[in-house]
Amino acid sequence: MTEQQIIDLINSSLVEEFELDPASMTPDANIYEDLGLDSLDTVDMVIVLEGAFKFKIREEEEIREIRTLGDIYRFVNGKSRQIKRK
Amino acid sequence: MQLRRVVITGCGSVSPYGRGVETLMEGLLAGRSAVQNFPDLAAIGGLRTRVAAKVSGINPKEIPRKDRRSMSAMSIFATMASQDALAQSGVTTEQLTGGRLGISLGSTVGSTKTTEELFRDFFTDSSLERMKSTIFFQIMNHTCASNVAQALGISGRLLAPSAACSTGCQAIGYGYELIAMGKQDMMLCGGADEFHPLTAATFDNINAASVAFNDSPSCTPRPFDRARDGVVCAEGAGVVLIESLDSAIERGVPILAEIGGFATLSDPRSIANPNVEAMECCMRLALEDADLGADEIDYINAHATATEQGDIAESEAISRIFGELVPVSSLKGHMGHTMAASGSLELIASLEMMSRGRLVPTLNLEEVDPACSTLNYLRLVQATEIDTFVKNSFAFGGVNSSIVVRRFKHD
Repeated sequence: MTEQQIIDLINSSLVEEFELDPASMTPDANIYEDLGLDSLDTVDMVIVLEGAFKFKIREEEEIREIRTLGDIYRFVNGKSRQIKRK
Repeated sequence: MQLRRVVITGCGSVSPYGRGVETLMEGLLAGRSAVQNFPDLAAIGGLRTRVAAKVSGINPKEIPRKDRRSMSAMSIFATMASQDALAQSGVTTEQLTGGRLGISLGSTVGSTKTTEELFRDFFTDSSLERMKSTIFFQIMNHTCASNVAQALGISGRLLAPSAACSTGCQAIGYGYELIAMGKQDMMLCGGADEFHPLTAATFDNINAASVAFNDSPSCTPRPFDRARDGVVCAEGAGVVLIESLDSAIERGVPILAEIGGFATLSDPRSIANPNVEAMECCMRLALEDADLGADEIDYINAHATATEQGDIAESEAISRIFGELVPVSSLKGHMGHTMAASGSLELIASLEMMSRGRLVPTLNLEEVDPACSTLNYLRLVQATEIDTFVKNSFAFGGVNSSIVVRRFKHD
């Protein structure tokens, strides 16, 4: 999966789950302030990403630092590379 | 003893006819059946009934996602019905959030559909890792009351009565008592339920669901009719905004009717079978609470679900108290049994009959079962001015409830 494919899958998964405007899916979009997600949504976001990418990320420390879509893109890309290396 | 008078100032309906009280009354007065055949039910082993009455024509996305994410269909129905009741009653945001307006709204169970989906996934690998954060809020017993309160900002008392088919009636009755006691000034009250095959199976399992009219769904259910063969399960929500008379007068809003009296009781003789004495006792207690004699009741909206035992017992109980003259009908023939919503939805319809001076008959009642007592069973829409009516709801679990409603008159 290329980096762009990963970004596309993240965007489409979150747009569907949280009924977001596709035009708002930019790397600098803050998931709380710009996309309007809250603490319950972030629980579901992890489940949605785990389902889309078939990995387990719930216990990862880095998740707590996520603020923007760009953070998610970087995190998922890193995680995918990590899995590939294994 | 009633301490404060309680009146109805708003009604909201989401029924198998669609959204709105007007839509409900159009369907009922036109004698149109909302029951349909659902071929999907054939896929369920052991289920013989193929008929139901489901809600259509609503747009759940009218409710913002953050409110809707914790709602199953029943809470969506309840929210829409509540919004309409509040709008009709002209309740302001300050009144909604001020703590003097509470909610009493129940369902038979939490969402069976959501529960099914959760466990269907769980059983694949015994993992709960995929469980979304809002699942619990859809399956908890007070899902409707909490979701409506959250969506609308209600900050007064919250009750979630759950007494199967008595739920809607009880929810109104308990709200009425809270206001009469001065604990709240306004209450949003009613019941809601969503259709699931398990509900139909519950009745089918004990041979109480309609199975003989799968290919002619508009001919069933048939309350009081000789050829009746059981319940048709339905869904919806009926919500009323009730308040103290002082509150309504102070707000200057139109008063639709007054709640005269309420009674509910447990019948410990059987968890499943209705009993004439218990039904009779319940209606008599409601009349006593309303300080009205049986001869002062102008119409009875029966629970009558078209079961063998229930219709016979209720007709006998009505006959013992009211005799043969008072008009009686059941709305289950039109829209099936909306379960927890039935008490409140049918109360709203009866209230509309009172304001329009037109009584809705029992659809599909062609030949009264000789085993049912002789009553004034309505067969056609009847132009009659009524000032009072009784709404009955009798439930599995041995829970009976009756409400007396009367036209509002200043003293």
